Amino acid sequence: MAEITIRVNGTGVPLSVDPRTSLLDLLRERLGLTGTKKGCDHGQCGACTVLIDGRRANACLALAVAQDGSDVTTVEGLAPDGDGELHPLQAAFIERDAFQCGYCTPGQLCSATGMLAESGPSAVTADLAEDPRLTRAEIRERMSGNLCRCGAYVNIVAAIEDVAGSGARAGDGVSAAARDMAGARGSAGAGEGAR
Amino acid sequence: MKTFAYDRARDVAGAVAGFRPGTMYLGGGTNLVDLMRLGVAEPEYLVDVSKLPLRAIEADGDGVLIGAAVRNSDLAAHPVLRERYPMLARAVLTGASGQVRNMATVGGNLLQRTRCSYFQDVTKACNKRRPGSGCPAIDGDHRNLAILGHSSDCVATHPSDMAVALAALDARVHVTGPEGARVIAMPGLHRLPGTEPDRDTVLRPGELITAIRLPAPPPGASAYRKVRERASFAFALVSVAAALEVTGDGLVGDCRLALGGVAHAPWRARRAEEVLTGGRAGEDEFRRAADAELAEASPLPGNRYKIPLARNLIVAVLRELMPR
Repeated sequence: MAEITIRVNGTGVPLSVDPRTSLLDLLRERLGLTGTKKGCDHGQCGACTVLIDGRRANACLALAVAQDGSDVTTVEGLAPDGDGELHPLQAAFIERDAFQCGYCTPGQLCSATGMLAESGPSAVTADLAEDPRLTRAEIRERMSGNLCRCGAYVNIVAAIEDVAGSGARAGDGVSAAARDMAGARGSAGAGEGAR
Repeated sequence: MKTFAYDRARDVAGAVAGFRPGTMYLGGGTNLVDLMRLGVAEPEYLVDVSKLPLRAIEADGDGVLIGAAVRNSDLAAHPVLRERYPMLARAVLTGASGQVRNMATVGGNLLQRTRCSYFQDVTKACNKRRPGSGCPAIDGDHRNLAILGHSSDCVATHPSDMAVALAALDARVHVTGPEGARVIAMPGLHRLPGTEPDRDTVLRPGELITAIRLPAPPPGASAYRKVRERASFAFALVSVAAALEVTGDGLVGDCRLALGGVAHAPWRARRAEEVLTGGRAGEDEFRRAADAELAEASPLPGNRYKIPLARNLIVAVLRELMPR
């Protein structure tokens, strides 16, 4: 067993772990944070995506012991604290009906959060020198590590596009308008996010 | 997964000193952790080298020195790569997914296993996993596997895109081991299977990759193009890294050509380069060069398609690199 401390959604958690434990199993089985999903357990589907030190990663491929000292954000920690307030992406996923079964959704949300903060080109960017505009083609390429077996891709891309805002470039993050809208939504009707 | 001991290395010397039989170095874990879960890799001792102070990308004379623990995503996003080595930036960006690129290190990308689906299935024979047990891919599913440089023991391919660009760029791999430091010229890090397919690389026990050095970029335009079964997050069926310099009189000066998805190692297409160098830069010459390289291909029944695919891809990429 190894003694480690991981900050999960802002709270430091000292843990004693078997080195074989994945970060995914630690979150789900030890910490009860079952929002993060186990899909393929091989890094191919993206259902387990979390943010490690602010960057999206597959929790199934991360050994918990190797994350000692890191800061992990799961889907449970995306929304700001407060009365049912949603993260702008959560609000946009609801608005755009960006799911059917919902199993891939926590991974999609964490992945999109990390993705919007990533500047630089992607494989489909024509000019490598620039941080490209986040067109649908760019969003699709950047989100290719998240599969949706229900095929809700069209609405997932639309939701992400809404949150990025028109004309947004890679690395711009969540637009101010999307933040305001999610904030208003949270204070207006706290129950709506759970429908 | 079998039990193992884990330590996080503080420096290169400590990592290497900790090496003993049964030790494996852990980078981002995107291949190794998966192989451990599959029962394919069973290290007794994992030395985590992902947090070593090898995370800089810095100018080094006319070239660039890239630390082995640099993340793939940081490499592709670095301004020097984007401006001076677009072939390499593109190659890295076409590999894996955003999540995997955030985790995977440069050293680990090179040292991911050369593999096929039989290698990853412990219920099947595999000469790479269990020497002497046979190669079911040869009579089985090999449509994605090697057409060049393979043996009757193994037809697996090395899936790295980055390594193909490094092979074309004459990159050098800096390693440190129990017997000291040395430098290995790409594409010489990876080996062809021969009768020892269990050995993917020429590294000796305990050797750790510490850095990659890129020499000055080749003159002329360069590109990396990858053909795969879906638009993103899939291994190459065939990929091409190319750089082409065309002189004022329409002749080929410096040229580089390397292929991915076709062999046990990144494949530097030296025969094609020989045909091209000094000749006229034109479509017929490009085709002749591709044919010269692919003349020695020996495809299996299920992957013959890779020959016309590679040929067309080489010609298309070189055409794209012609000055307008």
